[in-house]
Amino acid sequence: MRALVNPTFVMRWSTRAAPWLGGLTLLLVAAGLYLALIASPPDYQQGDSVRIMYVHVPAAWMALFCYTCMAAASAAGLVWRSPIADLAAQATAPVGAAFTFIALVTGSLWGKPMWGTWWVWDARLTSVLILQFLYFGFIALSHAFDDPARGQRAAAVLALVGFVNVPIIKFSVDWWSTLHQPASVVRLDGPSIHPSMLAPLLVMAIAFTCYYVWLLLVRLQSEILNGKIRALRLRQAHG
Amino acid sequence: MLAAIGAIIGRDLRLALRQGLDSLLAVVFFVLACVLFPFGVGPAPETLARIAAGVLWVAALLAALLSLERLFQADYEDGSLDLLALGPAPLPAIAAAKIAAHWLTTAVPLIAAAPVLALILNLPPAAFSSLVLALVLGTPTLSLIGGVGAALVLGARRGGVLLALLVLPLYIPVLIFGVAAVGASQIGLAAQPHLFMLTALLLVALVLAPWAAGAALRQALD
Repeated sequence: MRALVNPTFVMRWSTRAAPWLGGLTLLLVAAGLYLALIASPPDYQQGDSVRIMYVHVPAAWMALFCYTCMAAASAAGLVWRSPIADLAAQATAPVGAAFTFIALVTGSLWGKPMWGTWWVWDARLTSVLILQFLYFGFIALSHAFDDPARGQRAAAVLALVGFVNVPIIKFSVDWWSTLHQPASVVRLDGPSIHPSMLAPLLVMAIAFTCYYVWLLLVRLQSEILNGKIRALRLRQAHG
Repeated sequence: MLAAIGAIIGRDLRLALRQGLDSLLAVVFFVLACVLFPFGVGPAPETLARIAAGVLWVAALLAALLSLERLFQADYEDGSLDLLALGPAPLPAIAAAKIAAHWLTTAVPLIAAAPVLALILNLPPAAFSSLVLALVLGTPTLSLIGGVGAALVLGARRGGVLLALLVLPLYIPVLIFGVAAVGASQIGLAAQPHLFMLTALLLVALVLAPWAAGAALRQALD
């Protein structure tokens, strides 16, 4: 609970953890890229273009994970009036938007050779596109007010409203069987993907998660410092 | 509480009646937007029949969006929202009442105008009933989601554009099932599954949207 209210505590803890996370991220990305691009076999149907998966799938997972974190932080900010939770939601939004964008672009690049088209109005693609707009709406709304705190709270309500989209994205491939393939890793009967491809995928997923947490800590630090600078300036201006 | 809700709805309806033109503007926009399409895609009857359902729904959605900005704006600016919040009704109930009034003043005229526009867009007569039913079930959801958006942007800079960014992505499910209902009856299939989905969306929005709008109003009034 201390992390929710005490900026000094968060500062101290995150300056200690951030370099380690950064190093871990770089190591994991290097290992993941080696496994994905060199060590793993090409697909018997898709050839080498299957390697897009090792970026596309973790990015799409992170898009959902970041939104879930953002909604949870927004809820904490609204319920406990915690400034740190509000800042965490603010810091997560651009990262999540970037992951969503990467998932959409890599999906499009993968779709052209495999499906023969850059884009289809399939349920999964459409719902992820909506997610992208929800991220944009969150960012725009939080900067639309003269009082930053007011913008953060309005955006928090929007994040909670938009959360209905997250289960829709997850289950869209089961509810509507269209072009996008159904889940093949997180399933009740175990992953249907071969271990030689599962390993690089999971390493990349962990790397992406570490990257997000690292970025979140760095952004939190800079937001807290920004707040301090603003407070100092205000004190100066008022003499 | 019910009396307070009734009083708010009655007040908004009276306001809309006495300001006359304001609430008609959404219908005028709806008609004009639909009339533009035969010029845009050419007047061939079969082309128009194929796109009529989509055109009507998109135009209705944009017309609803257009009227959303003043849902809470006037009351917020002149302080009557503060007065309402001090009264006996909780904020979600106030939001629900304002949204209901918005639906009655803007969506009901749109639904009334839709069959006429469907006629000039050459929609097959077999699909008329499902168009009207889909609009009756879908437009309250539009008003409810829009109410949340309108409450969120109270006091924001450039609220109108922002409102479109917030609300339009959330309108997509209604659009999908609304158009699917009309399309299904156009090719002789049952429109019911899509109408049930619209009803489900409406029920979910009916439960959640007033709370979200109430929370957003609370932030605006703080």
